Amino acid sequence: MRLTAITAALSLTAGAALAEGVAPDDVSYSDYGEVTVSLSGQPGDATRGREIFANKSQGNCVSCHAVTELADVPFHGEVGPILDGVGSYRTAEELRGIVANAKMTFEGTVMPAFYKTSGFIRPGDGYTGKAAPDDLAPILSAQEIEDVVAFLMTLQDS
Amino acid sequence: MRHMALTAIAAVLAGTAAFAGGADDDTLILNDEIEMVTKTAAPDHLSDAMDEIISGWHFRSDETQQLQTDDFENQGMIFADYGAEAWDTVEGSEDKSCASCHGDAAESMVGVAATYPKWNDGAEEVRTLQMQVNDCRTTRMGAEPWKYDSGDAINMEAFVTSHSRGMPVNVAIDGPAEATWLDGKDIYYTRYGQLELACASCHEQNYGNYIRADHLSQGQINGFPTYRLKNAKLNGVHSRFKGCIRDTRAHTFSPGSPEFVALELYVKSRGNGLSVEGPSVRN
Repeated sequence: MRLTAITAALSLTAGAALAEGVAPDDVSYSDYGEVTVSLSGQPGDATRGREIFANKSQGNCVSCHAVTELADVPFHGEVGPILDGVGSYRTAEELRGIVANAKMTFEGTVMPAFYKTSGFIRPGDGYTGKAAPDDLAPILSAQEIEDVVAFLMTLQDS
Repeated sequence: MRHMALTAIAAVLAGTAAFAGGADDDTLILNDEIEMVTKTAAPDHLSDAMDEIISGWHFRSDETQQLQTDDFENQGMIFADYGAEAWDTVEGSEDKSCASCHGDAAESMVGVAATYPKWNDGAEEVRTLQMQVNDCRTTRMGAEPWKYDSGDAINMEAFVTSHSRGMPVNVAIDGPAEATWLDGKDIYYTRYGQLELACASCHEQNYGNYIRADHLSQGQINGFPTYRLKNAKLNGVHSRFKGCIRDTRAHTFSPGSPEFVALELYVKSRGNGLSVEGPSVRN
């Protein structure tokens, strides 16, 4: 009985590990910066991705990128390209790579890497100005990246 | 091949967006008397990066701009007046005020702020205006130094700076100051924090663009200390640097640190030729 419980717990842990997908340091980028596999091992949710894209405390992508479809969200930025129709001219693999670490696609771009946890200069603990903890989390989780990619794929040329 | 073509399209779009906001063409005249230089040719050391340097005044709304044209509307001048009171106040063991040695600031301080930060031979260091004030307080007045960017220190900096308004920023970047200037330049181009952003990412590559609701300027500091409507107080340049670096999700430097002294010299030198505006008004 006791043994069964332990076995069950072990298999649960293994399942969770699998569902976690790819850790930030283990992401494999193609020569063009594409990422072919889902970072979370799960499909993305475009509705949640839309919220993450627009929300200041999450992706805040709208801070730099304007999107006509987000007319209900105020103050779209101009630093990055307008993303209308981006799902028509880019693949999910390209978009996943760009959101995770755009520097792998566009060398020297000002766009932050949203799924990266190492290699920073003086990383901080969020917006506190204090030093980062040793276990610095990526700006977005693997699933949040997938959600944003799913949202971007809904931005098709009309 | 397809990837290359699409990258080219993205680059074209980004290039177009870069001209969307931009600086306006208004003219800043102070108290109906002094016409300020708010746009001018970039200093030689910046020639690879940009042709024209532009005061942050041009990137603000007409309403905010208006507040700086008249000393009775400029709330930063209230704090400069506090600095004026402190100028005449005797403090410390030597029974002296600033005025005891420097007399009338309207004469003795003209043009001083335009040249700071500057090299001090005796101390063999680059000093900001606040560092120099504190040196006077401790070695000549026998008074306690002010905390960096504290209210007292900023008020005095604003008062002293106000006597240089309309004069061109002119900090020396060569000779003994060069090593510190190079340190500052290095910091300016370093991409700090989890967002990996340098000063240059926003203020050299993207000035004129909006980032969310913020209109990015060149990050010139000829208007410091700056009265910000956002926090309704006078702000020191090191505190502003700290806020910017914090917003890159970085471990910041502290006001008064050697890093920020070097950065102040470097950023100030990017504005060599613009009029001193401090205390200015921004959002």
